[in-house]
Amino acid sequence: MALAQINWFKYSSPQAFYPLAGRMIPWFATIAALLIGVGLYIGFFVAPTDFQQGQSYRIIFVHVPAAWMSMFLYVVMAIWAGLGLGLNARPSFMMAQAIAPTGALFTFLALFTGAMWGKPTWGAWWVWDARLTSELILLFLYAGVMLLRTSIDDPRRADRASAVFALVGVVNVPIIYFSVRWWNTLHQGASVSMTAAPKMAATMLTAMLVMTLGFWMYSIAVTLARMRCVILERERRSSWGMHHSHREAVEVH
Amino acid sequence: MKPRQKRFVLIGLGLVALAVAAALVLNAFQSNLVFFFTPTQVANGEVPHSRSFRIGGMVETGSLTREGDGLTVHFIVTDMAKRVPVTFKGILPDLFKEGKGAVAQGQLGADGTFLASEVLAKHDENYMPPEAAEALARAKAAGAQSSNTLVIKPQ
Repeated sequence: MALAQINWFKYSSPQAFYPLAGRMIPWFATIAALLIGVGLYIGFFVAPTDFQQGQSYRIIFVHVPAAWMSMFLYVVMAIWAGLGLGLNARPSFMMAQAIAPTGALFTFLALFTGAMWGKPTWGAWWVWDARLTSELILLFLYAGVMLLRTSIDDPRRADRASAVFALVGVVNVPIIYFSVRWWNTLHQGASVSMTAAPKMAATMLTAMLVMTLGFWMYSIAVTLARMRCVILERERRSSWGMHHSHREAVEVH
Repeated sequence: MKPRQKRFVLIGLGLVALAVAAALVLNAFQSNLVFFFTPTQVANGEVPHSRSFRIGGMVETGSLTREGDGLTVHFIVTDMAKRVPVTFKGILPDLFKEGKGAVAQGQLGADGTFLASEVLAKHDENYMPPEAAEALARAKAAGAQSSNTLVIKPQ
């Protein structure tokens, strides 16, 4: 096995990860663009209209994948933060730092598209039910993780503080997911779940899953790009970092 | 134990403690986190009396009537166990339909009628093309195809 012979730990050093990430970004970005293109096409032109909502239901092709990614990315960020604390590993903290803005973006997207859909469907932009409120708290958690990091000057302390904050916030993720089952909410229950058959037509489901994969690939591409920035920023005082920052600057101009 | 393993154990214990704390807090706030009350809870007197609250359930088929002014509507909200008559003056959301979910905010009158100040449509989790919905409706002409988050299932 060729894979087994690669020393994967080599890539946990920023110097080795930096060029690897650079080579992977175009691939993930291309796949993301293709999947999102195909997903939107199926969602808007192939999928049938809904028997109750007509066309307005088509927001789910953005809303549901964005909401899934917002929760998934938070868990991934918390895992990296936990690994960073446990292993005392700087690259893990960097990964957590690189994921946060993308997670916040998807949370905002889920809330925004939900409001757009809620007005025509429910008759209200926003209601304080358990699902909507816990998703809003998720946005604040992402903001808290990012703000805590920038508010502490010493990078080691900033890493540890924001990692602890990220880990504490992870309790909110199951609350978001199960809120529609635990309490009466205006938000409908899950149409797609691990345990039951999907409650939607197959084409609709396909479009939604393709969009989710696309958002996932986009998240990887953007996180890798941000990871490169974080590495350069943190290694700028080392001779390796100075060399690369300089080269980037030359390439840009 | 190596310091590294010790740290992971501590993180794990911290998360467990946090989960337990969150579960206890949520359990304590259970009743305050409820967005609406069901007609059964209304019938059992489990609802606030002096302030406004929300009730939710299915709009009973055939119960929607409109008064002469064209704005005041009467309908019955049910969870298939109990029924609550609702009066509302205003514009209903587009998706408000008989046999579908709705949530109304307002106060319970002395005669047991719920005087709503706001009515929201509660959409269910089923998505399908109109043809499939018609086929489904024909198949179970009598049975109410409903959201499982609204109806109390027989145990």
